[in-house]
Amino acid sequence: MTEKKNTVVEMEDAVVRFAGDSGDGMQLVGNLFADVAALAGSEIATFPDYPAEIRAPHNTVAGVSGFQARISSKKIFSSGDLADLLVAMNPASLKSNLKWAKKGASIIVDADTFEEKIIEKAGFPKNPLTDNSLKDYKLIKAPITSLTVAKAKELGLDAKSASKTRNVFALGIAYFLFNRDFKATDIFFEKKFKKKPELINVNKEILRAGFNYAETLEAIHSTYKVSSLKKSEKGKYRNISGNVATAWGLLAASEKSGRPLFLGSYPITPATEILMELSQHKSLGAKVFQAEDEIAGICSAIGASYTGSMACTTTSGPGLSLKSEAIGLAVITELPLIIVNVQRGGPSTGLPTKSEQSDLLQALYGRNGEGPVIIVAASSPADCFYAAYESAKLSMEHMTPAICLTDGYIGQGSEVFKIPKVSELPSINPPIAKPNDPDYKPYKRDAERLARQWALPGTEGLRHRIGGLEKSDVTGNVSMDPLNHEIMCKYREDKVNKVADFIPKQKIIGEESGDLLVVSWGGTFGSVFSAVKELQAEGHKISLAHFRNISPLPKNTADIFKKFKKIVVAELNMGQFVKYLRLTLPEFKYYQFNKTQGLPFMVSELKENFIKNIQEK
Amino acid sequence: MEENLTVERSRVPLTKEDFVSDQMVKWCPGCGAHAILSSVANVFPKIGYKKENFMMVSGIGCSSRFPYYVNTYGFHGIHGRANPIATGIKIANPHLSVWVATGDGDSMAIGGNHFIHIIRRNVDLNIMLFNNQIYGLTKGQYSPTTPMGKITKTSPQGTIEHPFNCGELVLGAQGTFFARVVDTNPKLMTEVMFEAAKHDGTSIVEILENCVIFADGTHNDVTAKEVRDDAQIVLKNGEHMIFGKNKDKGIRLNGPHLEVVEIGKNGITENDILIHDQYDQDPGIHLMLAKMAPPLFPMALGVIRSAMFPTYDDMVEEQITFAKANSKIKCVDDLLNSGDTWEIK
Repeated sequence: MTEKKNTVVEMEDAVVRFAGDSGDGMQLVGNLFADVAALAGSEIATFPDYPAEIRAPHNTVAGVSGFQARISSKKIFSSGDLADLLVAMNPASLKSNLKWAKKGASIIVDADTFEEKIIEKAGFPKNPLTDNSLKDYKLIKAPITSLTVAKAKELGLDAKSASKTRNVFALGIAYFLFNRDFKATDIFFEKKFKKKPELINVNKEILRAGFNYAETLEAIHSTYKVSSLKKSEKGKYRNISGNVATAWGLLAASEKSGRPLFLGSYPITPATEILMELSQHKSLGAKVFQAEDEIAGICSAIGASYTGSMACTTTSGPGLSLKSEAIGLAVITELPLIIVNVQRGGPSTGLPTKSEQSDLLQALYGRNGEGPVIIVAASSPADCFYAAYESAKLSMEHMTPAICLTDGYIGQGSEVFKIPKVSELPSINPPIAKPNDPDYKPYKRDAERLARQWALPGTEGLRHRIGGLEKSDVTGNVSMDPLNHEIMCKYREDKVNKVADFIPKQKIIGEESGDLLVVSWGGTFGSVFSAVKELQAEGHKISLAHFRNISPLPKNTADIFKKFKKIVVAELNMGQFVKYLRLTLPEFKYYQFNKTQGLPFMVSELKENFIKNIQEK
Repeated sequence: MEENLTVERSRVPLTKEDFVSDQMVKWCPGCGAHAILSSVANVFPKIGYKKENFMMVSGIGCSSRFPYYVNTYGFHGIHGRANPIATGIKIANPHLSVWVATGDGDSMAIGGNHFIHIIRRNVDLNIMLFNNQIYGLTKGQYSPTTPMGKITKTSPQGTIEHPFNCGELVLGAQGTFFARVVDTNPKLMTEVMFEAAKHDGTSIVEILENCVIFADGTHNDVTAKEVRDDAQIVLKNGEHMIFGKNKDKGIRLNGPHLEVVEIGKNGITENDILIHDQYDQDPGIHLMLAKMAPPLFPMALGVIRSAMFPTYDDMVEEQITFAKANSKIKCVDDLLNSGDTWEIK
């Protein structure tokens, strides 16, 4: 036993990455680590990085599941580029995650797993723990498996169940390193194992065993303290993931509008959590229908919308493809419908668990005929709440479908969320037709928005029929008249364009003119914002216009663009937003910076590109 | 109709005229759909709900123009999707009497998946399936119910596909209500639709419909005047399954099979003939009845099965009522502030 270490290093910002076999419980311990930090008042941002398979072959690189948590005492906008601490539960996770560790980072490995065959399976030519290849890192070789099993045996657990708690032992080590207490995690175990009470104590003890083991380690010279956020706005806070925030934003919009929530959806990674979350909230009247497929999901929502529900469907890229025809039906029937698309890498099944922004063109144009829709893109996990809320508001008030784009990175990532009051959210006033209104016509429009009225079945005096065939202006009767079709196409287009009168102006971060304007949209906000801020601090004349409203674009977009010498559009695809801008605002020259690796932008690579753009005149 | 308390009844008596829309009916002269439309307009006032509470839904196909011709709330969807649209409508507003007009292509080909799932869930609505054994609106291609060997525009040498038997599909998907009618018997059609409306759950009414243009006479072996007495049996609950011009034929259970017997021959009496029990929870006999077809058997018409099972929409409401009574989360502010939170002052 060595004596308790007293050196505590104050850190402003720390990135911790947990990596292990999928099934090792890395997502769970990663989330627990972040939650505890958030409860202690730190700013947090998380990023789960896991494989598409539930249990890929044991000890292979393909099966590695990672979870990155960034904790900070200042305001942060991304989950960080590289880790200060990497916890690797086997050779494969070390192999695949070493590139995400900073030079000089601490690396804790489960030394028990570094057996010859397992090392070979991971693709290391030699044992990395002994061949000096990790000399640039602070390596902590901890026999996590054997210590966990020994402790578990003491507690009366069999070896198989014991090895399942290795993650909790590792979490204990991380808690020691970051001076965390056990209170919140103990409560978590008590809730999680309510039905298996014998596991409550086991987990609590193993967490403490990991903590105590770390305390005795010679290799650990100091521990870290990330203090709580100092300059935070007053208010109540919580940790929230993007998918949960989306679900809650929809619930808030339903309550605010007085329109009951209906969700028709089919499970698909990485959007499933929204469906699961909403199905928990029947007490708020949410009707959640898990349909037989993506098409039934959206079609049931369209039916519900016709009856007056705030109807939603949630999906990811391939599901959006399947829903295309039905989105057109909602466009022509001019019904509100909120389609949440949590984007992932494509085409086809693509990279189900990895993030990308490559469904933008599908969202804009992926329908037969002229089928314009409203598109709102969320910027961050917490912003998913507001993006979903805004999509619902615009869709209902303007009587046309809205696509809310998020992505796997922000959907499954989490951050601190300042809890709003529902009473302080913007009002939502859907144009519901009045009973027995003698002037009611299914396709009569208001001048401001061009929205038709929402006449709900069951209401006296408003019986009418609508459907997917072209409608006659005003009456809504079936019409194959050529000129009428042209009028209706224009109405549908103008209606979406008129939304621009009701959305906020595009904001600019930084000076209103300069050498370089960075344009980005959606889930990349954190890293792009951080890169631009850092370059501004370094004295560059660089500003950022990060778009949330994609269709229509804010009215002042061109005014912003014309004040910069150069514009670069950074996005996680091969250049979809830039294509759209070239079509919509062709008077500007756009440079582009793209990445399609299924990974978020790193601040460093963005900075490098932006500097290059500033220097190349 | 006390069975269904969720749909508000009309305070004034309604007539057929209340349900006729102002749109021109554009089906071919002689099409069986005209008779179906007339039956619906006849039966809706009898059902007695407020006219605003009827909701007509359809997909794509000749059958699916139906909503435009009935003066209720109506929604004409996209091909194959009438059933999920109707599911959403009924879940969202259980106070509506929801009717689906669909065809053999709409519900058994492109919408086959939705068809089996709506049945399995037992959503409380009524599906009128117009089975003309052909794709009419696209001008004469074979459908999933076209008899094997039939020459159509896409099967010049005859189809090589085994057709679906609608009743078999419905019962295989755990259907709680299945009835079959022919478009030439409007009286039976009206009676059966009334029964369908009474049933709590997904009611499927298969209508053997003639397409005068592309499959004229496709149901002649059942409906033709000269054969129909021996080729049809109209099932009535609690009554012996007797048919034939002279009411001397019956259906008997022989071992595990049904057989047609003649009363008075070989010592067979009325007591040997099966009695129809449409309410039997066990679908065994119902399935055998649904599968009967000429020439060996008469085609079973009327209500074949009408079994009581909980409906999907009722259970949705029950779960919501339970959750509202038992959850601490009563509004979104409660939700936002639930779980782990902290305050900065």
